[in-house]
Amino acid sequence: MFSLEGITNTVHEWLNNHFSPTLALLTEFVLVGVAAIALFALLGLGLVWMERKVAAVMQIRLGPNRVGPKGIFQTTADTLKLIMKEGLTPDGADKFLFNLAPYIVMIVAMLILAPIAFAKNFQIWDINIGVLYLSAVSSLSVIGVLMAGWASNNKYSLLGAMRSGAQIVSYELSAGLSVISIVVMTGSLSINDIILSQQNGWWIFKGHIPAFISFVIFIIAVTAETNRAPFDLAEAESELTAGFHTEYSGMKFALFFLAEYINIFIVCAIGATLFFGGWMPLHIGHWEGFNHVMDYIPSSIWFFGKTIGLIFLIMWFRWTFPRLRIDQLLNLEWKYLLPISMFNLILMTIVAIMGWHF
Amino acid sequence: MSAIQILFWFLSGLALVSAIMVLISKNPVHSVLWLVMVFFAISGHYILMNAQFLAIVNLIVYAGAIMVLFLFVIMLMNLDKTSDPQKNWWMKLAGVISGGCLLMEMATLVRQAAEMKEKTVMMKEGSIGLIGNLGKLLFSDYVVPFEISSVLFLSAMVGAVVIGKKN
Repeated sequence: MFSLEGITNTVHEWLNNHFSPTLALLTEFVLVGVAAIALFALLGLGLVWMERKVAAVMQIRLGPNRVGPKGIFQTTADTLKLIMKEGLTPDGADKFLFNLAPYIVMIVAMLILAPIAFAKNFQIWDINIGVLYLSAVSSLSVIGVLMAGWASNNKYSLLGAMRSGAQIVSYELSAGLSVISIVVMTGSLSINDIILSQQNGWWIFKGHIPAFISFVIFIIAVTAETNRAPFDLAEAESELTAGFHTEYSGMKFALFFLAEYINIFIVCAIGATLFFGGWMPLHIGHWEGFNHVMDYIPSSIWFFGKTIGLIFLIMWFRWTFPRLRIDQLLNLEWKYLLPISMFNLILMTIVAIMGWHF
Repeated sequence: MSAIQILFWFLSGLALVSAIMVLISKNPVHSVLWLVMVFFAISGHYILMNAQFLAIVNLIVYAGAIMVLFLFVIMLMNLDKTSDPQKNWWMKLAGVISGGCLLMEMATLVRQAAEMKEKTVMMKEGSIGLIGNLGKLLFSDYVVPFEISSVLFLSAMVGAVVIGKKN
């Protein structure tokens, strides 16, 4: 049976048999880095293509269909075009910060990758406070955005960055609270423990209605945190041209674009891990036969399937809801989502203490 | 030198250089960004001491929340060299005196710390900084200070709401 764990074990054994342990470890570091960058590139290309195809289906048109079969190489062609273009730095910009900002955004996106479990025993770093790590590092991406907006020395950029900052900081609260509600059920902050606790059913089924409420809040909050429509005020074209990356061109723009899609992938992966069991196959209570059949599907396919399902949900939002105004956006968070998620957390704690979940 | 020592010296150097840059940067936005670097270096130190929870909370609270607030305010005020207000001579004097006091205090502390010589902090071991132990301590031995500090936050929130109210 295919498994990513097998591949890593083979590589690890081969390296340790042929080289000294230090050299083997260093080689593994390099391999992990290369794998992460390759994953980023693939995800960027794949998700942009998926976004355009999903948008096309929603609007009853074909979408990209010229470059390659079903237009699958369209994004590769677009990327090549962006690499060829000149990376312009405006005269009045703070040159150093302007050029640094896209890399900060990318590095933060890469750091979040560390504790995510892509398959059974396939994880870069099993930190014992994985969930906290995720929320801490994802809160840092706002610094890159603010940097880009301020360094551009452009009103639209600054306004876009401010909006984005306000949005990320406020929606982080309800995203964090809905994550904590799952932590309350599991009793552990480690990603691995959270996945293992869903052996006999995913939390969205086991946690009754409170888990479902916190899933809905989570998906709304992360849509806002990644600056996606209907919360894409930071780059509202009709008001701010392109928001915080108005002044960016060429590959630096492409890095922001890529970081946006990577962030979507990451938040969906977190959602899939917390509410849908990550790589855990669909298990139903004590149906031994059914569970064994489900175990035959490799865990990596389960993980990526769930994540792409959630990404589809977020793309679906974009073509379903109209864009909110900034005051509506902040009202939604502070007056509705935050009180609901706090109440929901108390409810979840009661469920966990009384042992009402399965 | 072991890997831990190399990391320690690297992080200490990073923290010191960034802290100096906070002071000598002309541009307030650059100062704030250097301060973020300082917090990163300190978080790295916490991780070396196996206090992962402290490291992460340091990042969430300081680098993630407070510094973003700082950045917000400074960017909106749009401070630059031209709008820098001229400082009075007595303000400079007050600055020198208070800075000198701090320096003296620190010098005394370093001199008192003779018994700490040749001793290194526990690296990579010890579980006091892990979240379970910290939580138990906070809710047993230190429950009163913990709750009092939450009252402090509540009063700050009430104050913010009162100031923010239009009429």
